[in-house]
Amino acid sequence: MAIKRRDFLKLTGLTLVGTAASAAVGDLLTRGEAKAEEEYAFSPKALKGKRWAMIIDVKKCKEGIEKGCGKKCIKACHYLHNVPSIPDKKKEIKWIWEDEFEHAFPEQTNEYLEEIFKDIPFLFLCNHCDNPPCVRVCPTKATFKNDEGIVMMDFHRCIGCRFCMAACPYGARSFNWVDPRPYIEKVNPEYPTRTKGVVEKCLFCYERLAQGKVPACVEACPEKALIFGDLADENSEVSKILKERVAIRRKAELGTNPSVFYLID
Amino acid sequence: MYNANKVIPGIIIFILFFTIPIWLNFGRLEAIPKPELPKKEKKCIESKEYMRAYHMKLLDDWRKKAIRENKYIYTASDGKKYFISLQRTCFKCHNDTEKFCDKCHNFVITHPDCWNCHIAPEVVKKWQ
Repeated sequence: MAIKRRDFLKLTGLTLVGTAASAAVGDLLTRGEAKAEEEYAFSPKALKGKRWAMIIDVKKCKEGIEKGCGKKCIKACHYLHNVPSIPDKKKEIKWIWEDEFEHAFPEQTNEYLEEIFKDIPFLFLCNHCDNPPCVRVCPTKATFKNDEGIVMMDFHRCIGCRFCMAACPYGARSFNWVDPRPYIEKVNPEYPTRTKGVVEKCLFCYERLAQGKVPACVEACPEKALIFGDLADENSEVSKILKERVAIRRKAELGTNPSVFYLID
Repeated sequence: MYNANKVIPGIIIFILFFTIPIWLNFGRLEAIPKPELPKKEKKCIESKEYMRAYHMKLLDDWRKKAIRENKYIYTASDGKKYFISLQRTCFKCHNDTEKFCDKCHNFVITHPDCWNCHIAPEVVKKWQ
């Protein structure tokens, strides 16, 4: 049964009408999806910055630990963000942690420095690099640098490829090898947990900044050894301190331009 | 068409056979899910119809705006402002995902993985 030219043209016309109609119906169905921009606004309470940074005064930190602060910074952070305590070191998750000078500053070849800092605890967290290697390698843009200089994570987009962990020279990223929930001692219902198969790290308390609060570790430190501020602002506390005192950064020679400074004078 | 007297009844029988569940359950309503609505609040962020149809879009937009652009304030169509946070804004009223979200999601056999990470206050209580 050969199709007639006339029938063919009729069918073509019908197909066109059908396509147009389905497009119109589709438009009706999706109406309301494209919301106007002005419905979203910046939080008036939010702390504003161009490049958030942190200074850690290691001597004050040591004094605090001697006085028995009990590492309130780590506890506060890990409680607020539902960071699990997994006993197996290979699977552990850490946002802020303590280590020794010689492990974290391998490029400091002056061996006397190691002697000086032997007993001084160093706190480590994500350096929120200005030139973050983790962001360059992320294939899904799950990790990215936001307008305020924070290296953010969008956990929804993380596929768990762990390229970022290989790229990060600071070991600041942890991978969830197991479901973290059973390892959370007390859940903070204001913040989500993570799931098996995503990478996580310190996010400079972006959610607290949006509410006008400084990061949890800074707030929790009784010695004020942690100082948070905007490096892009000449008059901020961090800029002033860095102009006057000697600070080092971890592996700055790699060109990552870290935003976490350690006061060593 | 060749064999129309056989093909057309065949197609009709085929369609009827494949739609047996619709005809058998026609007019029966007991399976319709009944999510438990929050008691203290009567109105959601947007209208009931909008939330029913587009809550997933809204949540997705919220995430993009908050995480990518730092825009944390959402102005609803009635002018009321909300802080963008599933944990702190949505869960204030919808405090038990098992009694609200999961009811319909299970009915339509969609299993979004929201609750692998986000955790409602009542679920926390049950679990800890």
